[in-house]
Amino acid sequence: MSHKSMNLTLHVWRQKNAKCDGKFVEYKADGVSPDMSFLEMLDVVNEGLIGKGEEPIEFDHDCREGICGTCSMVINGRPHGPKERTTTCQLHMRSFKDGDSITLEPWRAEAFPVVRDLVVDRTAFDRIIAAGGFITAPAGTPQDANALPIPKENADLSMDAAACIGCGACVAACPNASAMLFVSAKISHLGLLPQGQPERYLRVRDMVAQMDAEEFGTCTNHGECEAACPKGIKMENIARMNRDFIKASLTCRPTTTGGGAG
Amino acid sequence: MELNSRIPDGPIEKKWERHKFESKLVNPANKRKYRVIMVGSGLAGGAGAASLAELGYNVDCFCYQDSPRRAHSIAAQGGINAAKNYRNDGDSVYRLFYDTVKGGDFRAREANVYRLAEVSADIIDQCVANGVPFAREYGGLLDNRSFGGAQVSRTFYARGQTGQQLLIGAYQALERQVGLGTVKMHSRHEMLELIVVDGVAKGIITRDMVTGEIESHLADAVIIATGGYGNVFYLSTNAMGCNGTAVWRAHKKGAAFGNPCFTQIHPTCIPVTGDHQSKLTLMSESLRNDGRVWVPKKKEDCKKNPNDIKEEDRDYYLERKYPSFGNLAPRDISSRAAKQVCDEGRGVGETGLGVYLDFSDAIRRLGKAKIEEKYGNLFEMYERITDENPYETPMRIYPAVHYTMGGLWVDYNLMSTIPGLFVAGEANFSDHGANRLGASALMQGLADGYFVLPATVSNYLAGLKPGMRPAADHPAVKDTVSAVKARMEKLLSIKGTKSPTHFHRELGKIMWEYCGMARNEAGLKKGLELIPKLREEFWKDVRVLGENESLNQSLEMAARVADYLELAELMCLDALQRRESCGGHFREEFQTEDGEALRDDENFCHVAVWEYQGEGQVPVRHIESLSFENVHLATRSYK
Amino acid sequence: MSVAEQSIAGAEARGHGFLASSVGRKVVMAATGIILFGFVTVHMIGNTQAYLGAEGFNAYAKFLHSMLHGAGIWIFRAVLLTAVGLHIWAAVTLTLDNQAARPVGYRAQQSIASTWASRTMRWSGVILAVFIVYHLLHLTTGTVHPNFDHTNPYANFVSGFKVPLAAGFYIVAQLCLGLHMWHGVWSVTQSLGLAHPRYDSLRRSFATGLTLLVVGVNITFPIAVLTGFIH
Repeated sequence: MSHKSMNLTLHVWRQKNAKCDGKFVEYKADGVSPDMSFLEMLDVVNEGLIGKGEEPIEFDHDCREGICGTCSMVINGRPHGPKERTTTCQLHMRSFKDGDSITLEPWRAEAFPVVRDLVVDRTAFDRIIAAGGFITAPAGTPQDANALPIPKENADLSMDAAACIGCGACVAACPNASAMLFVSAKISHLGLLPQGQPERYLRVRDMVAQMDAEEFGTCTNHGECEAACPKGIKMENIARMNRDFIKASLTCRPTTTGGGAG
Repeated sequence: MELNSRIPDGPIEKKWERHKFESKLVNPANKRKYRVIMVGSGLAGGAGAASLAELGYNVDCFCYQDSPRRAHSIAAQGGINAAKNYRNDGDSVYRLFYDTVKGGDFRAREANVYRLAEVSADIIDQCVANGVPFAREYGGLLDNRSFGGAQVSRTFYARGQTGQQLLIGAYQALERQVGLGTVKMHSRHEMLELIVVDGVAKGIITRDMVTGEIESHLADAVIIATGGYGNVFYLSTNAMGCNGTAVWRAHKKGAAFGNPCFTQIHPTCIPVTGDHQSKLTLMSESLRNDGRVWVPKKKEDCKKNPNDIKEEDRDYYLERKYPSFGNLAPRDISSRAAKQVCDEGRGVGETGLGVYLDFSDAIRRLGKAKIEEKYGNLFEMYERITDENPYETPMRIYPAVHYTMGGLWVDYNLMSTIPGLFVAGEANFSDHGANRLGASALMQGLADGYFVLPATVSNYLAGLKPGMRPAADHPAVKDTVSAVKARMEKLLSIKGTKSPTHFHRELGKIMWEYCGMARNEAGLKKGLELIPKLREEFWKDVRVLGENESLNQSLEMAARVADYLELAELMCLDALQRRESCGGHFREEFQTEDGEALRDDENFCHVAVWEYQGEGQVPVRHIESLSFENVHLATRSYK
Repeated sequence: MSVAEQSIAGAEARGHGFLASSVGRKVVMAATGIILFGFVTVHMIGNTQAYLGAEGFNAYAKFLHSMLHGAGIWIFRAVLLTAVGLHIWAAVTLTLDNQAARPVGYRAQQSIASTWASRTMRWSGVILAVFIVYHLLHLTTGTVHPNFDHTNPYANFVSGFKVPLAAGFYIVAQLCLGLHMWHGVWSVTQSLGLAHPRYDSLRRSFATGLTLLVVGVNITFPIAVLTGFIH
């Protein structure tokens, strides 16, 4: 453990609300302990700002253990900062050195409008899930869980995709602000399971339609999303989504939306 | 105050079935005329909102997070219990019920616990149907693991992210209803008050955390599923935003509070590193399967490199004190033992508040590869946070506040003492008694959400005429809105010198010191003296900058801390009056000769139910007696 | 808040069709990309006839023009023109969408996984489009050729590359083609949903190999002319 404290310079994006213009403001962060998490460093900066009568920097955060997906900021040009497979809340100051200058920006995407400072609105993700990211199975008395054996490999692959925390780093990192890694992770999670089959092709069309309606960009296979993802979600999922989408589009009947009343 | 637990008659295994049959139903065409408010979107809230909407009710669901998928249920690691008996190891509903009552140190209501065990198997079926990717074996069937407090293998899991996967399952069901228009989701909205009209819960007041707008929402029934209040302690394993405001506001409006002092302290968390610390991170209890807990025998060794301390100078205190359970002693016992050795000055690490969890024996015995396979991800997480390699240096751990068994008092229907106000999940007091077993919190949240609320809320609504909600300009509604606005204005107008976090941290220190792992009369009285002083100072000297009309995390925090400062007092009061030790509540005056908890079934085999009496008034303590007809009262021993 | 009120497009937007969707246009891009890379490869193989001298090369040209009684080359041209058109249409609309998806950029964005080739696709594409027009005017119609002879493609080829500026532009265009192909060939399988981790390393090697082959051979032509190896 190193005990040396550090002095840092922060360049933080400050923006009052979605309508106002924002700008970078410089702050000093002195006496930062390497054992602090990145967010704890910001807590200390904020306490200092409150002490001086300045409004603190607003940033999203909640569980601070890397699972809720709330924290979100681009640190020196990388979503969640320099460490691989790490959320901002799990990034520690020992990843920086004395005298460093750190630029903090919000996720940048038309679909993620800035709410304030480093906080953005990610409800577009919720609407994509609402459009089709589910299995229709109302609470009641479903069949026994073991009635449907699932090959371990599929269950594991499904779990790999389901590990997505919905933080939006993929969108933030993508030069096109594309949400395809997020959307495809859900399509893989559900599409790899037998329970997910009945709605598989409807799901991919509905989710892609909503994704487009939210004005996310398109994948051009840079791979930045995969590199930025704190949970290691793979681009393989995007290929799976494309495959399902092609099949769904090529084989759908002209009117698939109308269901008979019976 | 009349406390009617409304436990159905009949043998315990028939109660729930019979109760459901005797419950009134709402005609399908009438269901859409009712509106239900769900506060919280975790396992209980998310599953409950989705299930009620599936039935046909209109649901308004609220969460303070930016998305319902972020509720703190997501952080649960280990698993979820269910009496499936897939292992053929003698599990049954009755055994899960028995283990839970006993694990709760006989302070839970038998009928509720039985129902929990009964629906546990349905939960797994429901989750699988919803696409939860539970761990499977090569044959394609579900895998299980073992957990504390049970001799059977009944815990279902999805890697170390079971809570996340269950929550995502409920979230997807919820979003489906949002897409269908039956649920209206209000994210970044915080409930700040309950609307009670003629003694009946009819809605809530919320603050839109983006615009600051104070809104009233009216409904036929209100459900609070906002989780626990462990953040009263400032440092806990809860998320930063978890708070007690919803339950506390409901309490002040007339909902009784059950067992507020019952707090679970988890023994294996990463120790505090300094004043900057904002939260604590749990390391899964499963580590104690292979790790040995120890501290140096001599104080002067504490600052030494642990690898230089000779075997004979180490005190493996759990193995010494509890030879038959050793390092696997239950949570409450392990936590207290760690505190004891640290109080003796033998704690390790910078702060002296830590004990070693040492894997060197296991690595010698099983090889590093095997340990890596079992705990690799946890070791990696530990190293990320502490910058120490646990394969080479023993881990340092210390107990931390994790869960609150106490909560709003509810009857068998999960309805509080305010008609129309239901409370589900960790927010209620009902199922875990004085100590919760591992992997049971997820079970309770989903049981309440998927299965209990749909039946009991329907029963309540069936007794109401459809569309009888008060108008938005009803005096009770308008008064409540004004009161909330005034409170926000007040917080902003103090313009003192200290941040809300400062007061929160100070409160946490008081609570941890005097109402933490071990409590005594003098300490609790001291706490009861200090808390009102701190509260007074808060209302004079808190500094909240900015305005109400924008995203303002300081204002949010200030409002929560104001409520913690009141709730904390009730916790101390309850702890003071429960003159016995049970589960997570350890009163130093009530212990056996060798330092074990001494329960007093004669005088305290009951739920302490607190009734609010008004600002500055001492609350009244009622009791709900507990009778144990199926599981007989016995002393827990782990020697 | 306006965002909360945005609707779930779902079933309505689903009807907007394949070509309106982002994934659909990516598929168009990939499918036309395959045609174009295929053409470029065949074109390269055909042009190696130049090393056989005037007779062989002119015979090859004659063969192209006489396929299916002369209809063959027009079928080829129609397919290629359509492919190029669709490819450019998809590229332009997707690029506009992508730019609109991030109206405010970052002060400092670090690239971790993307390559120079992937980030410059739209520029290498634009240069290639300009080159194709020039190339057609140069060696197909002869409009910009100093001394074009319809009856002697080989002579056109040699005299065309004798001009250093033309040869230089040709080489630059080939390097752009290399960048475009290297990322494009690899991307095709991803966009068409054919990528699979088992074959991922193969995808990269195939893209690299094909690119090196096509570009490498193509670049030898102007160099061979300039150095007098072909005369």
